[in-house]
Amino acid sequence: MNLLDIENLSLTIGDTPILRNVELSVAPGEVMGLVGESGSGKSMTALTVMQLLPHAARATGRVTFDGIDILAATEDQMCALRGDDIGMVFQEPMTALNPVKTIGEQVAEGIRWHTKASRAEAEDRARKMLDRVGLPSAKFPMSRYPHELSGGQRQRVVIAIACALKPKLLIADEPTTALDVVLQAQILDLLRDLVAESRMGLLLISHDLAVVTEMADRITILRHGEVMEAGDTARTLSEQTHPYTRQLAQASMHVPARARPHGIETGRPLLQVEGATRDYPGRLASLFKRAPTIRAVDHVSLSMTPGQSVALVGRSGCGKSTLARMILALDQPSSGTIRFHGETITGKSEAELKPARRDMQVVFQDPYGSFDPRQKVEKLVAEPLHVLEKKPTRAERREMVAHALHEVGLGVSDMDKYPHEFSGGQRQRLSIARAIITRPKLVVADEPVSALDVSIRAQILDLFAELNQKLGIAYLFITHDLTVARAITDEVLVMHEGKIVERGRTSEVLDHPQSEAAKALVTAAPDLHRAIAQRMQEQG
Amino acid sequence: MTLHIDIPEETFGSILAKAFRNTAFVAGFVITLLILAMAVVSYGWTPYDVTKLVIADKTQAPSLAHWFGTDHFGRDILSMVMVGARNSIAVALVAVGIGMGVGVPLGAFAAARGGLVDEALMRLNDLVFAFPALLSAIMITAIFGPGAVNAIIAIGIFNIPVFARVARAGALAIWPREFILAARAAGKSSTQISIEHVLPNIATLLLVQGTIQFALGILAEAGLSYLGLGAQPPMPSWGRMLFEAQTHMVVAPWMAIFPGMAIVVTVLGLNLLGDGIADILDPKSRRQR
Amino acid sequence: MTAYLLKRLAIALATLVLASMVVFAVLEILPGDPARLMLGMNASADQVELLRNQMGLNAPLAWRYLHWVGGLLSLDFGRSYTYSVPVIDLVRERLAVSLPLALIALALSTIIAIPVGLFSASRRGRAGDTISMGAAQLGVAVPNFWFALMLIYVFAVWLRLVPAGGFPGWSAGIWPALKSLLLPAVALALPQAAILARVTRSALIEVLNEDYIRTARAKGLPYRAVLWRHALRNAMIPVLTILGLQFAFLLAGTIIIENVFYLPGLGRLVFQAITQRDLIVVESVVMLLVAAVIAVNLLVDLSYAVVDPRLRSRQ
Repeated sequence: MNLLDIENLSLTIGDTPILRNVELSVAPGEVMGLVGESGSGKSMTALTVMQLLPHAARATGRVTFDGIDILAATEDQMCALRGDDIGMVFQEPMTALNPVKTIGEQVAEGIRWHTKASRAEAEDRARKMLDRVGLPSAKFPMSRYPHELSGGQRQRVVIAIACALKPKLLIADEPTTALDVVLQAQILDLLRDLVAESRMGLLLISHDLAVVTEMADRITILRHGEVMEAGDTARTLSEQTHPYTRQLAQASMHVPARARPHGIETGRPLLQVEGATRDYPGRLASLFKRAPTIRAVDHVSLSMTPGQSVALVGRSGCGKSTLARMILALDQPSSGTIRFHGETITGKSEAELKPARRDMQVVFQDPYGSFDPRQKVEKLVAEPLHVLEKKPTRAERREMVAHALHEVGLGVSDMDKYPHEFSGGQRQRLSIARAIITRPKLVVADEPVSALDVSIRAQILDLFAELNQKLGIAYLFITHDLTVARAITDEVLVMHEGKIVERGRTSEVLDHPQSEAAKALVTAAPDLHRAIAQRMQEQG
Repeated sequence: MTLHIDIPEETFGSILAKAFRNTAFVAGFVITLLILAMAVVSYGWTPYDVTKLVIADKTQAPSLAHWFGTDHFGRDILSMVMVGARNSIAVALVAVGIGMGVGVPLGAFAAARGGLVDEALMRLNDLVFAFPALLSAIMITAIFGPGAVNAIIAIGIFNIPVFARVARAGALAIWPREFILAARAAGKSSTQISIEHVLPNIATLLLVQGTIQFALGILAEAGLSYLGLGAQPPMPSWGRMLFEAQTHMVVAPWMAIFPGMAIVVTVLGLNLLGDGIADILDPKSRRQR
Repeated sequence: MTAYLLKRLAIALATLVLASMVVFAVLEILPGDPARLMLGMNASADQVELLRNQMGLNAPLAWRYLHWVGGLLSLDFGRSYTYSVPVIDLVRERLAVSLPLALIALALSTIIAIPVGLFSASRRGRAGDTISMGAAQLGVAVPNFWFALMLIYVFAVWLRLVPAGGFPGWSAGIWPALKSLLLPAVALALPQAAILARVTRSALIEVLNEDYIRTARAKGLPYRAVLWRHALRNAMIPVLTILGLQFAFLLAGTIIIENVFYLPGLGRLVFQAITQRDLIVVESVVMLLVAAVIAVNLLVDLSYAVVDPRLRSRQ
């Protein structure tokens, strides 16, 4: 008998349809993967099972958990189920814990509430649970507050809360999306072990096909609130009978066609970083004592030639974004020099930097946050023209913006729109248009595709590849995603704790990593090919 | 504590359409408009001359001839309330202007510079906040003499740190955004960025604070003129009317009721307007649990 | 923790010193000759000179400042010019009225506001919320001195339950004294309560939208338990901030309210001293009030650290 049965579930919020005739089931001890792009209704499906939907939501159909009709259950019945028989883990570990309560209190709270155990008993169980999720008492006493823990550690606390009472069903909604690949692998391992230990059912929600393939026995693919395909993971993904499944799988493994390696060896390097170091003063621990200085970037040297595409990969917090900011002259190195076109850019005034700024542009990660919502596209895309020596006239400016928009696949009429009128992928195109409008020699792209759905991501990677060919722009791609590095770069630099620990040709480094840091990244990175192969092998 | 600003991504038209479906906004807008209209009309016409004393008509209860009754000198209270609106609005509005004009650039500058400049400006703010505003306003008007202009200055000075604080908090929430980094990468100076990107994005925050300070200014002006430190006779003012009403309260309670109601309605209208604007422009406030 | 406390303490002390300089400067330098101001335009040059000597105005500025601060620290505030008694005696006598008044008002406003805010937030959008927030909206708009007049009209003139004004003194017995403070306290408290209730509600609603509230709900806690155990404490920070600001507001409010009710309090003292140009009294009392505001703000800062563990480990 299934633990969870969703039959013919439809959901509307206000007048907006969210889900249509969704069918899904989870058996005890089974991992069901629920995959879909943003807006497909995956999270709403989970919240329906928990009955934590927004007020205006109306659900019809049947949701049965362990013989209980969830849609007909009273709030009291749901309270008894939540946290006891059904646990849930959320996407954002940084905000999922109450900042003013200790982690011990937060884990023990659910235990006390459901079992009516004494404080001491509950704390004892909470302690054991924290040990189990990898937060040993020596380093993580119960009296720790959430802000004293890192993102990965906080997610472990959230898992401890969800699994404290050995639920029959665990719902994990994008549990690793906010974490880097190494942490992701650790958290997925933990979830896998917890499922195996107690024959818990796991509903794993993710946008990442590779993650789900690695984890799930069966898979349900959702699009625009409707189930596209459902079935055994290995078979579904190896046969790819449904067109949408095929589209998703191909987009996940997409490699842009590049006629490269480019290799324009002009002899003169475009960018030279020599011994760049960035220190941040430690916090004031008491009146006279400061916490030790934090060295975000530690004696990094690198050089890039014109037209070269280089990836800078590393775990979150390894210093790669700080390095990028120093290269863009948005941050000053504590020591070391950065030269662009042979000219030193460190310690220069904004006026002296103008020539360098013309040839150096940036594309950011968040397609929503990187545009001022109060300005129109024309003004936004034209912003870098500010550094031109001769200010273009209004007509010239419109001409240049139109040209840049055309190059990224947008139309002239888009010029008079506001950013919110565009989708995430289109906004990233706008972002690229803004970056290429001054015809720069170098574009620094900080995680430019990590916030995009896979199908959009493939298109944007193609665009990057095309512009690299056409305009000879050199790229510095900052990413934690090795598939992106593999898809679009010739060389890779692996950064770890502020230092560059390995460098070389992209395929070389990714196939035969030498350093510990690179090995950890490569092993942890989800890979759809590998995951499918592994699944097939397991099932013979 | 950090401030979170959700920047609504909407066009002017859709905001306007939403505004007129928002009860608080519509009510506040209508009330504010009516009070303003009343003040404007009073320049050209009032039911009676507020400077002429008609002792024969003193302390008459509200009637068809005198809707709000008359005071102890036989002056028509409705006419005095109308003329008093001018004074209240002028004082509060100019005081808000002073506060915004000085406070917003200071706050934006502190946020853009950070470090010692920021620290120094904020400590200066703390200093002004340490003086209870009304007490200081009383001191200022007492030292420099009572009158509307000194009341404006006194109230205006204490609006400065309020706006500085709001502008700084708002700007600090905008500065780490990626579009600011993009503007910096495009070579824009911090002043240019403050003007082009930061101020437009905190404008609604300032607008809401503006209506709040406007309302508080009306209350403060009424307090000062109640103490005899605001506009001087024969110019009627709401606060002064209340002061005069106090001694006649037993025989002529309407002398106290109507000017007070005028203050309440004006302040209520402004607060509703502010609430309405905040509600329309902050999508978070309508998010459900 | 200690770093945070010491920093707040240092800031409070620095603000206090700066504030004392401002008070001193405003009253001794800006308006010209204080002795002339106090005596009025008709006084003869000899009279003015006599007073200048009496007040020590002929000494150098820095010396005068230090002398004044030293006096404040040793509770020697000088002699009132109009009352011819030591200022400290005046302050002590008036404080016996103003302090109870402010405290009763603060307590009253908190006791009313926080439950109303909680009630409203937990019934967001329903009739109870709409009614209580409508009342709060109205309460915010009411000037306290007008409200005081209305209270006097209804409870003193009409119903004759309490005196319309004046203060019998604590020697007349606790109850008569308290009775005469009742209306002033209500007049001060209700508009403040309206503000506080609105802040409490919106702080709670903000917190109820946080992710950790969903985590708590996913644990199986009913909505009410989540409100009490998780939301309330997190919502305390903005509420504490407003409470601190309200203290300063109440102090200023006493000036007007004590005038409405003819209460012999500190606010009335300072107002009369200002109008009578009794600068010695003004200086000391203003400084006292400012010190009280700074002390309360420090207290609020410290209570943040109690509520929020993040502050304890930060700078």
